[in-house]
Amino acid sequence: MKKFVQIERVGQTFDTKKGKFVALRDIDLTIRQGEFIALIGHSGCGKSTLLNLIAGLTRPTTGVLLLEDREIAGPGPERAVVFQNHSLLPWLTCFENVFLAVERVFGEKEGKAKLKERTAAAINLVGLDHASAKYPNEISGGMKQRVGIARALSMQPKVLLMDEPFGALDALTRAKLQDELMRICEATKATTVMVTHDVDEAVLLSDRIVMMTNGPAATIGEIIDVNLPRPRDRLTLAHDPAYIGYRAAVLEFLYEKQAHVEKMAA
Amino acid sequence: MSALTMNVEFGAKIPVDRGIQDMAVVEAAAPPAKEKKMEKTLTVPAEAGTPFTERLAGFGRAVLPPLLGMVILLGIWYVATMKGGSIPGPVQTWDAATALFADPFYRNGPNDQGIGWNILSSLQRVGIGFGFAALVGIPLGFILGRSAFLSAMINPIISLLRPVSPLAWLPIGLLVFQRADPAATYTIFICSIWPMIMNTAQGVQRVPQDYLNVARVLALSEWKVVTKILLPAVLPYILTGIRLSIGTAWLVIVAAEMLTGGVGIGFWVWDEWNNLKVEHIIIAIFVIGIVGLVLEQSLILLAKKLTKESS
Ligand SMILES: Nc1ncnc2c1ncn2[C@@H]1O[C@H](COP(=O)(O)OP(=O)(O)OP(=O)(O)O)[C@@H](O)[C@H]1O
Ligand SMILES: [Mg+2]
Repeated sequence: MKKFVQIERVGQTFDTKKGKFVALRDIDLTIRQGEFIALIGHSGCGKSTLLNLIAGLTRPTTGVLLLEDREIAGPGPERAVVFQNHSLLPWLTCFENVFLAVERVFGEKEGKAKLKERTAAAINLVGLDHASAKYPNEISGGMKQRVGIARALSMQPKVLLMDEPFGALDALTRAKLQDELMRICEATKATTVMVTHDVDEAVLLSDRIVMMTNGPAATIGEIIDVNLPRPRDRLTLAHDPAYIGYRAAVLEFLYEKQAHVEKMAA
Repeated sequence: MSALTMNVEFGAKIPVDRGIQDMAVVEAAAPPAKEKKMEKTLTVPAEAGTPFTERLAGFGRAVLPPLLGMVILLGIWYVATMKGGSIPGPVQTWDAATALFADPFYRNGPNDQGIGWNILSSLQRVGIGFGFAALVGIPLGFILGRSAFLSAMINPIISLLRPVSPLAWLPIGLLVFQRADPAATYTIFICSIWPMIMNTAQGVQRVPQDYLNVARVLALSEWKVVTKILLPAVLPYILTGIRLSIGTAWLVIVAAEMLTGGVGIGFWVWDEWNNLKVEHIIIAIFVIGIVGLVLEQSLILLAKKLTKESS
């Protein structure tokens, strides 16, 4: 597969009241088209910072990010973001929230009927037909998160960026949405980068797990290739030795090699 | 001449106090969700009972205290004026009021018109001055909220001008417009515009970064950003600004009209003072209070309706 997203020697420094703060340094990563990447690391290491760089919401201090050999110069709808806190507009219904994105991406080429059709299809994909006329404050947290995913998918982005999309959910809802996400990614072949805290989520969903060292000046520590056949099923995988092995490797990285963060914070 | 200077002092004092008060409210301007919560806790009935007696009790709790307050006020007023003197009692005032409101819309020349006309022309001045203030202040607030440079440039000017009593601007208004009527309207414009600018700008600055990030990722046009994100997010703040300024405007118009003359409730008060009809002044105080209350309450109602629809 060809190179799709290239991150080359990227560093991010923030100006703070106490002076310069180096958040990221020397990040090198190449993502292939259709690949699912999980970004894992301790809290505050710079996962969101890296995701925002790929989204173009912030610019790197050093280095360069490319998408299909062109520099990422700013945010744009071809790199859709599912925000950690869903970020739905509370004054628009679920349908209108998704429609806003659809209209922006396809509005110039397609008529209103087609746009509405696309919106309905995206909402159907996440199984929310019945809630499409509701306002965000009338639906549950898991449903909001799904609308956020529908909004991102409806744009048919080249890259789907997700910042802990299931972080605030209970275990059952989370498992359901993970399965749904796997199905959707299979169907749409979306290139995805997902930030997560959850080791099982990372192993279950991804083709590669990118593990980051602790900040400040965090960088990529190790990358694990997850060679598990798809479609994956969480129940059968639970006893799969390969799965257990990947899981152990991630845990080892987080809690042995990068364990000192807890002590530092305490 | 001495009457006029007394007048200016009297008039000037109110808006300055109000200005300080406004500042505090601007800082505290919060989304309406908080208000709703407070109301809920206030209206929850405490004890159980049959629905009817419960409703009766709730009604009693809601109506009895204000009613009692009114009765006590009237009682104090009655007792204080029982022995006669220059201030008329409630009965005299009531009689004068029934006579006055029997024909509120008479016209005997430009300086002798019914109280209805006076109220209406005051309201008209407030409406026009206020409308212009909204027309200028809200867009300006948006611009200041969006541009850090412009807000750094203009904020010191606003901070300097805002504490100035709107009545201090009256002579300049008279000079510019050469007539009393637009000058009074113009003081309303001046006093209404600050809360509108400040609250709108603050609302724009407080639009959650998440919503703006959505706009950036979607690369929405500036028009869509304003209509789909900024306007709905800022609406509660704009409404707070409107509510604050209508209160101030109604305070200021009375003082301004005392100075400019013509037709209007403020001028009417002054005229009745010159005629020594003290009952009428007391009536005017009640009328001004009631109109102000109605203005503010209807805006609160409107705010509730709009924010409910948009959230
Ligand atoms: N705008 C900023 N200015 C200054 N420092 C920042 C800024 N954004 C992030 N940081 C710092 O950079 C580091 C990485 O932050 P980031 O939000 O990327 O962490 P994270 O890995 O996403 O953490 P979490 O898992 O808790 O979300 C943190 O130490 C944070 O304080
Ligand atoms: Mg984060």
